[in-house]
Amino acid sequence: MATIGVLALQGAVREHARVLASLGAEVRLVKRPGDLEGLGGIVLPGGESTTIGMLLEEYELAPVLRAGEIPIFGTCAGMILMADEIEDSDQPRLGVMRISVRRNAFGRQRESFEEAIDGAPVTGDPLRGVFIRAPYVTDVGPDVEILGRVDGKIVLCRQGRFLAASFHPELTDDRRLHRYFLEEIVQRAAHLA
Amino acid sequence: MEREVGTFRVKAGLAEMLKGGVIMDVTTPEQAVIAERAGAVAVMALERVPADIRAAGGVARMADPHIVREIMDAVTIPVMAKARIGHFVEAQILEALGVDYIDESEVLTPADEQYHIDKAKFKVPFVCGARNLGEALRRIAEGAAMIRTKGEPGTGNVVEAVRHARTVNADIRRVVAAPEDELGTIAKELGAPLELVREVHELGRLPVVNFSAGGIATPADAALMMQLGVDGIFVGSGIFKSQDPEARARAVVRATTHFQDPAVLAEVSVGLGEAMPGIEISKIAPAERMQERGW
Repeated sequence: MATIGVLALQGAVREHARVLASLGAEVRLVKRPGDLEGLGGIVLPGGESTTIGMLLEEYELAPVLRAGEIPIFGTCAGMILMADEIEDSDQPRLGVMRISVRRNAFGRQRESFEEAIDGAPVTGDPLRGVFIRAPYVTDVGPDVEILGRVDGKIVLCRQGRFLAASFHPELTDDRRLHRYFLEEIVQRAAHLA
Repeated sequence: MEREVGTFRVKAGLAEMLKGGVIMDVTTPEQAVIAERAGAVAVMALERVPADIRAAGGVARMADPHIVREIMDAVTIPVMAKARIGHFVEAQILEALGVDYIDESEVLTPADEQYHIDKAKFKVPFVCGARNLGEALRRIAEGAAMIRTKGEPGTGNVVEAVRHARTVNADIRRVVAAPEDELGTIAKELGAPLELVREVHELGRLPVVNFSAGGIATPADAALMMQLGVDGIFVGSGIFKSQDPEARARAVVRATTHFQDPAVLAEVSVGLGEAMPGIEISKIAPAERMQERGW
């Protein structure tokens, strides 16, 4: 199994690390550019996108991730950082996906919620989405595949080796989305290489 | 499945998202913007920072809703605000304003000397202070979704923050090492529900995120607390009572991220100007120590 990084500048790092390890991945916490070497994929966790974006630039992780070789799975703040368009914001970002996102799109913390995701690429029960001051996607480019919605809003999408979710699968016991990332994206990218 | 709002998972989940970050006390929208630009993960909206509350004396209450609103409008990161211990109406007002987290805080003058707020009733999550594991678990039993060790606010002196973090750690080690049949007695001694003591025994840590607060004034202080095992940092007076708040705020954020990297810590600690003036804890009369509030 490939080594999977979890960006560890700030946020829900240990939750992602726990899920990935339970799926058999070798997990490496990433804080400096050297930590990116040889990764089969990386998870950008939830956290504060303004904080993480700033530190990604300052500690020179952004150029490597922006080059687009490493498969990325971003949740919540991670999704925001992957978007090339962030409504009303000029905050630092990777911009690897052709999506427009709206931050805090469902409201403030008291509006944060749990709800089933429609149409996610998993078999069995629907994914239970945990949305915390969550963003959603308002527009997508032609090569972006929409994989999940809540209330009609796009909350899960994929563009090639990039997967972005508005919600937090790492806060539940459901590992299916992480498994999808490892099997459908990381392993395929490794195979193509 | 119907939409479920304000579940414990989304309350505790926001605290998970703040981990590895710095939450800064601010009293104006301008300060909030400085904090956000420096990389703060959240701000605490206040009328006065703890050092000024200490200096002013008298009764310290919830901030004017006007100040809280202005700060909420100024930044996109989460905004927290403080209610007095036991003052559930201040908490209702803060929830109505839409703040993202309520700190039931010993920095303000307690409104009830017997009962803390019944926090499980609210949709908005609460963070509470604690000096040891028993106090932390009592707050969690009342519905707190995040804990911060208390330290001694407004002093710029990290010694109490260290004491409380080490005490919580030692208490947790004892619970983890104990055989299961001794947990009931330990729960009684701690004054905490057995169910939560069992959870600590299994997890090897608190069941919710635990930040450090009360006396952190330098990047080195922040990294010290992180190396002692806390999940993140609250800086109260330490930023905006220092000579160069912007530079210090940036440095504390970077020290919290790279807390295990002395080279980064050395680099970010250069040229920050004067830290806030500190207070020796023994110079504060026991009755004036904020950490003694709450139980």
